[in-house]
Amino acid sequence: MLTKRAIIAAVSLTAALASPATLAEPVRIAFIESLSGPFAPVGQNLLRSWQSMAELANREKWAGQHTLEVAGFDNKGSPQETLNQLHAVVEQGYRYIAQGSSSAVGLALIDAINKHNQRNPGKEVVYLNYGSIDPEMTNAHCSFWHFRFDANSDMKLAALTSYMAGQKDLKKVYIIGQNYSFGQQVSRTVREQLKHKRADVQIVGDDLHPIGQVKDFAPYVAKIKASGATAVVTGNWGADLALLVRAGRDADLKADFYTMYAATTGVPTAVGAAGAGRMKMVGYWHPNNESFSGSDIVTAFKKKYNDDFYGMATYTATAMLSKAVRDGGSTDPVKVAQRMAGMKIKSLNGEVEMRRTDHQLLQPLYVASWTKVDGKQVKFDQENTGYGWKTEKKIDTFVATQPTSCQMKRPG
Amino acid sequence: MEFTLITLLNGLSYGLLLFMLSAGLTLIFSMMGVLNFAHASFYMLGAYFAYAISSRIGYWPALFIAPLLTGLLGALVERHALRAVRRHGHLGELLFTFGLSFLLVELVQLVWGRAPVPYPVPAALDRPLFTLYSTTFPAYRGFMMLVALLMLLAIYLLLRKTRIGLVIQAALTHPHMVEALGHDVPRVSMLVFGGGCALAGLAGVIGGNAFVTEPAMAAALGSIIFVVVVVGGLGSLAGAFIASLMIGVLQTFSVTLDFSLLGLLGAFGVEATPALAQQRLLNLSIAQLAPILPYLLLVLVLLLRPRGLLGVREG
Repeated sequence: MLTKRAIIAAVSLTAALASPATLAEPVRIAFIESLSGPFAPVGQNLLRSWQSMAELANREKWAGQHTLEVAGFDNKGSPQETLNQLHAVVEQGYRYIAQGSSSAVGLALIDAINKHNQRNPGKEVVYLNYGSIDPEMTNAHCSFWHFRFDANSDMKLAALTSYMAGQKDLKKVYIIGQNYSFGQQVSRTVREQLKHKRADVQIVGDDLHPIGQVKDFAPYVAKIKASGATAVVTGNWGADLALLVRAGRDADLKADFYTMYAATTGVPTAVGAAGAGRMKMVGYWHPNNESFSGSDIVTAFKKKYNDDFYGMATYTATAMLSKAVRDGGSTDPVKVAQRMAGMKIKSLNGEVEMRRTDHQLLQPLYVASWTKVDGKQVKFDQENTGYGWKTEKKIDTFVATQPTSCQMKRPG
Repeated sequence: MEFTLITLLNGLSYGLLLFMLSAGLTLIFSMMGVLNFAHASFYMLGAYFAYAISSRIGYWPALFIAPLLTGLLGALVERHALRAVRRHGHLGELLFTFGLSFLLVELVQLVWGRAPVPYPVPAALDRPLFTLYSTTFPAYRGFMMLVALLMLLAIYLLLRKTRIGLVIQAALTHPHMVEALGHDVPRVSMLVFGGGCALAGLAGVIGGNAFVTEPAMAAALGSIIFVVVVVGGLGSLAGAFIASLMIGVLQTFSVTLDFSLLGLLGAFGVEATPALAQQRLLNLSIAQLAPILPYLLLVLVLLLRPRGLLGVREG
């Protein structure tokens, strides 16, 4: 006859033997970004975003009993340094890489991860891209191991140029950008799209400058002024955008700015009151969206770090990764990747879908303009400027979607 | 016209900042024969000191205290390290200052972190100075130019019109005679080195908030000030002045020029075939070449006039 104690012992032994797969193990994510140099403030902000999303996920058990951990690694903005770090973190047992603030780095990562995964079966690595938006990464260079949670630049620029085409006073446009794959891509796409949508608009200038090296944009601003431009389009981000905007304000440049990254650290302060109504941004989300979705995250982030939460793709990425882990009951990168392909979830900007064919997230887009806080439409400001983003136009997912030429090779 | 004038003003103000930086380097070199590789690091220190001081007690005290601190640090470095190294000749000096430049960057990163720090332009100067046609010229740029010119005047008066200036100049050519007359030559060296570093510090106070205060700021300007000093002529203050303005204006104008070799060929009536138009090199515009133009100038000057524009000193 079994005693009570023996029953308990037997039951707990069986449970321990039967469920090794459901033992809680941490999903470790290596965040590889610029944590020093001119773009460090952006890198720091995004690392905090990832970490606070992981905390949220752990608190609310998004990944079941598994937990998420995010650690930062500095790549000094360089593709070469990124590959060194990739090597180091893989040695340390990381199987998930998060990166998102340079497509040059992103393309290098895709290449290196493809090779690594081919040569090391059983030790695969998955790349969570929350912001490198060169369209090549989901077209010619698409990879099964790469997932993009941001909209790519073709998607964003199609939305932005459609909005621009509707502006009657748009006459002369100046394009300026950072001299690398992404900046060049922006210039090409904007030219093409505007020719198509508004043939009467004149492109009066097209400049590329070295990334992260120009400290004084006054000469560029003098050139923009001399061209008579009424609008400036730029893919610049972080310090390069903040300094450009500041030089424009110093010289009293009266042109509208059409941007993608005006919410990144340092830029809102540079824009200030002078940019009210003139600074526009296209993006997948902003805190003053129609339902103020995500406002609790924005408030908590501000309280904890005295900083603004703008990298909402970290939310989508954390949510999809967690769901894949929970539903499959496994943290194995191959299984997680297979589950994330084609996954649909509700993110802070509504229903989103990770397109199976190219691993590009399909989501709605917003065109927003810089507006004084009024407590109704604009509740959240940025960098304590008293100004924030107001939706000018919301572009539905099916409109914002672009075709892909990806021919993906899948494992197995 | 508006474009030309504004670009000229931008170029001159950048050139004057370069002059503030290279003046200290030139002084140290002409007085002591030391080529200070760590000079731009003192520029960086000046900016960081100014950031630290201005965030506590305001910008105006920082404008005076930060260069003083930088100068003091420079004097200490000379007294307790460089002096010992100098006994072993020029190679030791070069290696010492080279090593010092890395050490200072690491120190700055340990104290203030690797990211840029928020060091703003003072509110009183954060406004337009005047409007030229439709472009406003920022007051801070005007202030930068004013400080540089005042500094030039002060150095000139100090060297030419004061007793200490006489001693400094004499100590350069006739150190033994000056020593025999009862002056402390090593102390003069210390003063000159500290003074040169203080000038770099002043440039840092002024330049740090006009541009960006970050650990890479020394590396970004370090090579360009050597171009200024070599083009102007090693050891010539007037040469450094002319060269700074030249390079400032050259760099500012060159980023605004879109001419390329292909365009030049076109001007001579050469038809651009599609094959020719695809050539990367031919499509490069002057604007894209702007960052390397000063170095091109450096190579040309070294080839054509090795002692620089106004250089008199023979090695």
